[in-house]
Amino acid sequence: MSRTGTDRVKRGMAEMQKGGVIMDVVNAEQAKIAEEAGAVAVMALERVPADIRAAGGVARMADPTIVEEVMNAVSIPVMAKARIGHVVEARVLESMGVDYIDESEVLTPADEVFHIKKNDYTVPFVCGCRNLGEATRRIGEGASMLRTKGEPGTGNIVEAVRHMREVQSQIRQVIGMNEDELMTYAKNIGAPYELLLQIKEEGRLPVVNFAAGGIATPADAALMMQLGADGVFVGSGIFKSNNPEKFARAIVEATTHYDDYKLIGELSKGLGTAMKGMEMSTLQPSDRMQDRSM
Amino acid sequence: MTVIGVLGLQGAVREHVRSIEASGAQAVIVKRLSQLNDIDGLILPGGESTTMRRLIDKYDFFEPLQEFGKSGKPIFGTCAGLILLAQKIQGQDQTHLGLMNMMVERNAFGRQRESFEAFIDIKGVAKEYEAVFIRAPYIVEVGEGAEVLAKQGDKIVAAQDGHYLACAFHPELTDDHRLTEHFVKMVEESKKTLAS
Repeated sequence: MSRTGTDRVKRGMAEMQKGGVIMDVVNAEQAKIAEEAGAVAVMALERVPADIRAAGGVARMADPTIVEEVMNAVSIPVMAKARIGHVVEARVLESMGVDYIDESEVLTPADEVFHIKKNDYTVPFVCGCRNLGEATRRIGEGASMLRTKGEPGTGNIVEAVRHMREVQSQIRQVIGMNEDELMTYAKNIGAPYELLLQIKEEGRLPVVNFAAGGIATPADAALMMQLGADGVFVGSGIFKSNNPEKFARAIVEATTHYDDYKLIGELSKGLGTAMKGMEMSTLQPSDRMQDRSM
Repeated sequence: MTVIGVLGLQGAVREHVRSIEASGAQAVIVKRLSQLNDIDGLILPGGESTTMRRLIDKYDFFEPLQEFGKSGKPIFGTCAGLILLAQKIQGQDQTHLGLMNMMVERNAFGRQRESFEAFIDIKGVAKEYEAVFIRAPYIVEVGEGAEVLAKQGDKIVAAQDGHYLACAFHPELTDDHRLTEHFVKMVEESKKTLAS
């Protein structure tokens, strides 16, 4: 008797990605560049977040042709994004055999109130979070992996740092708390009590937490690892730079050796221009992807 | 005390450390070449084999890892680690460390949705062992001298070839440490042999 789709199998898949870089790609050619550079997985998309921003309008699940093309091109795992709350997009991606689904605020939400009940799926899900409340609610819904939201497509690390610091700081608070304080804290941050208890007992989140949203350089990736990320997602940062191969390789190495400053210095030499990036204050409230789900 | 390293370039490193410590040995995360001198045995963890291979090449681990194995020190490859150890990989010309006499196939059970857990018997090591298979490879065949330790259905999922041990599943993801304990014993015995 073998059992598929268990928590251990779904969360374990994310454990295998630890210390690695997951890269956004829009076609087979980019997917091969990512695999060759040492990516642990690729995210198949129609457009990288920076282009989604520029294009405006409604961003949806990618054309299945693109996802299929990427799945055929590489042997590493392939992830794809579904809109928040869009159970049909998620089921379609599952039926195609995608290895991980990102229920993502980068796409325009299909449901402004509810997320997908991810426990029901055989395929594992990753979701974004800005704090421990969002993180534990997503785990409660069945997410097998988390990533900080950051602010996608900006090439600006400031929001990813804010979110990783917030999550880590709240985990430390929970660990240091008396059990009799925990229920009120659970109420205040809107977290499932049992999950907070588990985090307190085990001293960490029950799933892997990557950093995402604004990583543009090897040093950015190393910074997020130092702040406690288990690995990094790089969206626009690679294929919006002027030398994707070099950037991809350098970011992979900086993620592995995030505390070797001499090496990161070497890696950063003559890389060319990183993606241009945006200052947060120039973003309209309606352009902030991170505010799209709670 | 017996010291066992876990190659720490990428993958499920922390879990193996926990499992080694639970089995009564000391664990070290190996990120640099010089650390290979300080350990009695080595675990190649699960992760992405293509990523690990790139980092192995990048940091010149390739030959030192082969020499480590050829010196008689035990190596245990799990999942991606099994692929790194194999002498032959089905459907591709390129192999990795090529230390263990077997042919393996990557992602042989299918994609992530086909990942599963099942109870298996591991010959001489454990009965009713809960094994977690994640995008797992399997061993197509073992060569002369290598012994099959476990099967899932008709597929070989664990084998031993002298001081090399390999499994297609993830012993580090459960609290059942019997297979890691078996490896710790292999390392303890090799330590005695190599010292004499």
